[in-house]
Amino acid sequence: MSAIDTTFEELRSLGKTAFIPFITAGDPDLEFTGQVLAELEKCGANICELGIPYSDPIADGPVIQASYTRALNQRIKLNAILDNAQTWTAGLSTPLVTMVSYSIIHRQGLERYVAQAKHAGIAGAIVPDLLVEEAPQFAAICAREDFSLIQLVTPTTPHDRALRICETTSGFLYYVSVTGITGARQELPPEVVDQVSWLKSKTELPVCIGFGISQAAQVKMLSQVADGIIVGSAIVKRVASAAEIGKAAALENVRTFVQELVAEL
Amino acid sequence: MADISPSTSNVPNEAGRFGLFGGRYVPETLTKALNELTTAYTEAKQDSVFQNQLTELFNDFVGRPSPLYFAERLTAHCGGAEIWLKREDTNHTGAHKINNTLGQALLTMRMGKKRVIAETGAGQHGVATATACARFGLECVVYMGAEDIRRQAPNVFSMKLLGAEVRAVETGSRTLRDAINEAMREWMSSVENTHYIIGSVVGPHPFPLIVRDFQSIIGQEARQQSLERFDALPDLLIACVGGGSNAAGLFYPFIDDADVAMLGVEAGGRGSQPGDHASPLSYGEHGILHGSMSYVMQDEDGQTCDVHSISAGLDYPGVGPEHSYWKDSGRVEYTSCEDDDAMHAFDTLTQCEGILPALESSHAIAAAMQQACKLGPSKRIVVCLSGRGDKDSNEIARIKKEMATAAASNQ
Repeated sequence: MSAIDTTFEELRSLGKTAFIPFITAGDPDLEFTGQVLAELEKCGANICELGIPYSDPIADGPVIQASYTRALNQRIKLNAILDNAQTWTAGLSTPLVTMVSYSIIHRQGLERYVAQAKHAGIAGAIVPDLLVEEAPQFAAICAREDFSLIQLVTPTTPHDRALRICETTSGFLYYVSVTGITGARQELPPEVVDQVSWLKSKTELPVCIGFGISQAAQVKMLSQVADGIIVGSAIVKRVASAAEIGKAAALENVRTFVQELVAEL
Repeated sequence: MADISPSTSNVPNEAGRFGLFGGRYVPETLTKALNELTTAYTEAKQDSVFQNQLTELFNDFVGRPSPLYFAERLTAHCGGAEIWLKREDTNHTGAHKINNTLGQALLTMRMGKKRVIAETGAGQHGVATATACARFGLECVVYMGAEDIRRQAPNVFSMKLLGAEVRAVETGSRTLRDAINEAMREWMSSVENTHYIIGSVVGPHPFPLIVRDFQSIIGQEARQQSLERFDALPDLLIACVGGGSNAAGLFYPFIDDADVAMLGVEAGGRGSQPGDHASPLSYGEHGILHGSMSYVMQDEDGQTCDVHSISAGLDYPGVGPEHSYWKDSGRVEYTSCEDDDAMHAFDTLTQCEGILPALESSHAIAAAMQQACKLGPSKRIVVCLSGRGDKDSNEIARIKKEMATAAASNQ
């Protein structure tokens, strides 16, 4: 069992929905990333997603793209992120997972990436550009190493394919709420609830919903069906406010916002 | 020794693999559309109505077959092998790109979609897409890097005249790579009613297959024309390679002809230092970019590197997966040609033959001039003249002025 499985087991026994915030590693610097992670845990995050900056993200909207660009402009390297993550995870009880492009994993070597991430105390990976057809080799390594491979199901995924994705997924299943890229939406498609209910009837895996979520009302509505709620761009935007208002005030922004969302769970 | 098995042309497999390369590395959201496209294309390939429609468009709208032209004065100038030009510059819209966009526009309608998006570097694919969309009444949006909009102003104007919306891409290096990123992101949201007409043999399966097949008309004609004109196959084929669609189109129909040598020419830019060129097959590594595995210019973390070329159409850090397969199997040789040599070839062809080549194609001409000297008079080279150079005249004027200023300050 990975740390993620343990977390969901505990939450299930309490009948609670997980809050899963996303931030970008090294935006604007690694020290601040560590501070934000600690703050997120204090505010009630159950799992944290750490975005590994990538030069050509296809699934990300302007807010996360810009955060990746800021980090890469600081020449933040994967080694530095993983070295720092080792320190962060030592001080956190919340499991940390990376959101990481397969371009980066492939370049490191699949075995080496998992070994390095595990050494840094990271519990799993979300790989947004690794389809189920291309996943078997990486999935086998993750399974052997007890490293969660969190795969995504979207509104365009047919039912039979969704079940196939479940077979190689571990930790939790990531349900993408919208047909599109990451970024806050005023409205989410109404069929999300039905889709997630259907998935939950077919798999033992916890099902978490992400993409587009930025409002307390959305969190409240989705928590009726989801095992976890993932919020990315809306938090990254508040982290980015550090450039204008300073880090302390940005951290306060993040705290206020996350507390407001967590209160709905 | 090249590994030329009878199966070298029998790629990709069902998963879109050309040996190690290709495949599909994209967000799950796009899978359904890519599967639909694969099915639509597989059916269209077998459908004589579709094929006849495309042939009619090629003949009457594009003006095919494009000539195979003996460059007599260029041959004499080089003093070696005969140089023959496959004149894709004579196509409607002035480049090979129209072969692909007409095919994909027909596929768009076959799938019941009414809206098209595309990326463009030099603007040739953007113009060709806008043209196909105007011809069939499809809505068209073209993503183009802001730097390329500056370099290729005449094409931007043409696209707008043709009714396309041109969206400037301000992210990253503001060139072709970023235009592809932005087109893919928009496709993530519009995938249910929009087809993405990708402009080269790159991207996730089935794009490298589809674009190669539509461009293969270049090589099919060149093969037949060679037999008619000199009763033999050429000794050497040469084409420039950015993503590699004109090269794939010329090479593919000859792949199983072991006696035909092939040379792909990448953009050598200012030199071999990282960031100075756009030559992943010469200097890159196996990696993943824009949905497929191929050679790519990337750093030790897997981040895509910035690249440089004088020509917007070759200014790309990746390359089609089939070229990577041909490189590793030894079937095709790849080299690179620097900016200055391409400029020199541009001048030479213009003055010897009265043909203004695109800066992209000038890279292939430069390599042909070198190879002609090496090969000797009994041999024949067929070069893909992939596009005409009118679009580059402003940029060439700017570069020549810069060169003159630099030369003056060195005196």
